[in-house]
Amino acid sequence: MALDIKPGAFADFFKDETFRDDFTFKNSPAAIRRFPFPFDRDDYMYSVNMEPHTPGKPGSVFENTFDVDEHYVAEMIDRAKVLAEDPLRCQSLPHMTLAGWDLLELIMESNARDYPQWFSLSKSGNQWHWINRPLGIDHRFTFLDESTLPYGPMEYISRQMQGDFSLQDEREGSLWMDAGMVTTQADWSLDFDVGMNFMEWHAPVPLAHEKHVFDRALKFLLKLQHGSPVRRFNWTMTVNPLLDTSPENYPKWGPTKTSLTQENLGHKQHLRVELQALFRLPRSNAIAFSIRAYLGKFEELVTVPKWGRRLHRVVRDIHPDIAAYKGFLRNRHMMVEWLAQHDDGAPTTPGFWPDL
Amino acid sequence: MSGGAKLHVRVAEVVPVNDLIKRFRFVTRDGSPMPAFSGGSHTVVEMDDHGTRRLNPYSLMSDPEDTSGYEISVRRDEAGRGGSLFMHTHVQPGMEMVLSHPLNLFQLDGRSRKHLMIAGGIGITPFLAQIKQLTHFGGRFELHYAARNRELGAYTADLKSAHGDRVHLYFDEEGQVIDLKSLLNRQPIGTHLYVCGPKGMLNWVRSTAQAQGWPEASVHFEEFLAPGTGTVFQAQLATSGKTVTVGTHQSLLEAIEAAGVDAPYLCRGGACGQCETNILHCDGTILHRDHWLTPEDQAAGTKIMPCVSRFEGKTLILER
Repeated sequence: MALDIKPGAFADFFKDETFRDDFTFKNSPAAIRRFPFPFDRDDYMYSVNMEPHTPGKPGSVFENTFDVDEHYVAEMIDRAKVLAEDPLRCQSLPHMTLAGWDLLELIMESNARDYPQWFSLSKSGNQWHWINRPLGIDHRFTFLDESTLPYGPMEYISRQMQGDFSLQDEREGSLWMDAGMVTTQADWSLDFDVGMNFMEWHAPVPLAHEKHVFDRALKFLLKLQHGSPVRRFNWTMTVNPLLDTSPENYPKWGPTKTSLTQENLGHKQHLRVELQALFRLPRSNAIAFSIRAYLGKFEELVTVPKWGRRLHRVVRDIHPDIAAYKGFLRNRHMMVEWLAQHDDGAPTTPGFWPDL
Repeated sequence: MSGGAKLHVRVAEVVPVNDLIKRFRFVTRDGSPMPAFSGGSHTVVEMDDHGTRRLNPYSLMSDPEDTSGYEISVRRDEAGRGGSLFMHTHVQPGMEMVLSHPLNLFQLDGRSRKHLMIAGGIGITPFLAQIKQLTHFGGRFELHYAARNRELGAYTADLKSAHGDRVHLYFDEEGQVIDLKSLLNRQPIGTHLYVCGPKGMLNWVRSTAQAQGWPEASVHFEEFLAPGTGTVFQAQLATSGKTVTVGTHQSLLEAIEAAGVDAPYLCRGGACGQCETNILHCDGTILHRDHWLTPEDQAAGTKIMPCVSRFEGKTLILER
């Protein structure tokens, strides 16, 4: 028994595109307007920047608990390819199965409520019927009975969800990354981090430890309560619309950083934004962390004049240690040169929303 | 809003369990399911006691998979500040109340090879939910439950009939005592120890385990502290520019809330850390009564947990 994806429904909305080889991914004009541009001012420094994950502006990526957009079907096909090549991108330690069921319930209930045209969930006790129309899945199973699913519950549902997920067990005053589905990551590895605690997996981040960012963040997260999820942004830079920028595959994508020219930069260089949300799970008391990556080409982002000006200033003025950690120090001067043509020096308005 | 998301419920049932304990069942007002929860969770019950707002934490004891309602058991405390008396005297079926979403400060460690549970008196309640959760999802447990006498040993018959020799009962008035040293000695490697009960029992179990070399991370305990009473004192709130007077039967947190200041809280029992408040100036003695601050923090006198701790002296100025 496997999860057979039979896409085809709603082909007028969900795009047929690739995140590898010929890289046909691009954003529609509507997708550019709703891109989660992460800079609310003209400079950048780490902060915990958490806010309640409550429904936001209609049409924005905050409208629903989980954002499903025009790239959904193509991203799920890409995830299946990554997993076929490297099954260790999805791991769940034995004590995390219950947290996997919690995650499955959260996602199915949220998506059936928020996107009734695409997803439906009906329940009779623990007999559940799940329909995922964009992927052509129609499945009856017994909730909390693993033998009725083709994969463990976390893998089953995260093969049907954009974005990576990790599940953190809480014990000994810390959080432990004991399960996850990680195929669209910004150069970190679940296989390396699985079983680590919060301080261990954040150890490589520069500057933030000195500022005690992680002490405060952990203290905050340990008090995360069921029913009150939170969210934050993170971001980095990626050459080519490659979702799977994993350390395991660095030899395949690392060298592409040397391929940029002033002529191709606007098309090849992407701002990669992660919308991260954290949910306390009910049965396991674990914390689910969803990391949803959005890719925006520089040439797409500068079609919003405010973002063109601001991106130029942020990249130009960022602390070199952060640029190095995010992996774009070597190309920063080229990016600044390209972006400068889209910055006329005019002041920008506060906040990250595009000007009308 | 402090305290997180809320559940708007109706009291469905009030059942006297014995002379001291009543059980309350809550269902949602609109008939929607309650969230499932994890064994060991508590909920904070909001009470409007004739104009006095009381928020008390109680362990959830019902089946965590039963989303049709939540149950708690409340032991009547004649000497307390009034929360349990209010529950016993005034809460009737049909009443509308507000609960916090479940919060777990006493969760099972899913990696345990075996869960060894030690309960004293009303401390049985979190174990009732944990045992039901283990019954659904698997896991080996052994319960040792001590009560004053057979009459006051709540739920002993249910536990015995459902779980047989995994449940061991001890009644003080019959001279029965847990043989703790030998019990802890004979546990397989990978056992986690959980204790919930009166302070004396907690200290006894924790110190015995420590003396026998149990890893600290394998010993779990829960004790909700009632805020307790004390002399009247004043506190100045620097951020909001207010001064509050804390009454004998009131907590500092309750006085801050009564002054209209929205202060953070979750457990209201000195355990979770959410209400931690910086002290800007202290001319007097902080009476620390929480489990949250380290002994070093408590000695430094720069932080206070206003849900349970008090002050005696001349001037106290808080960053709130």
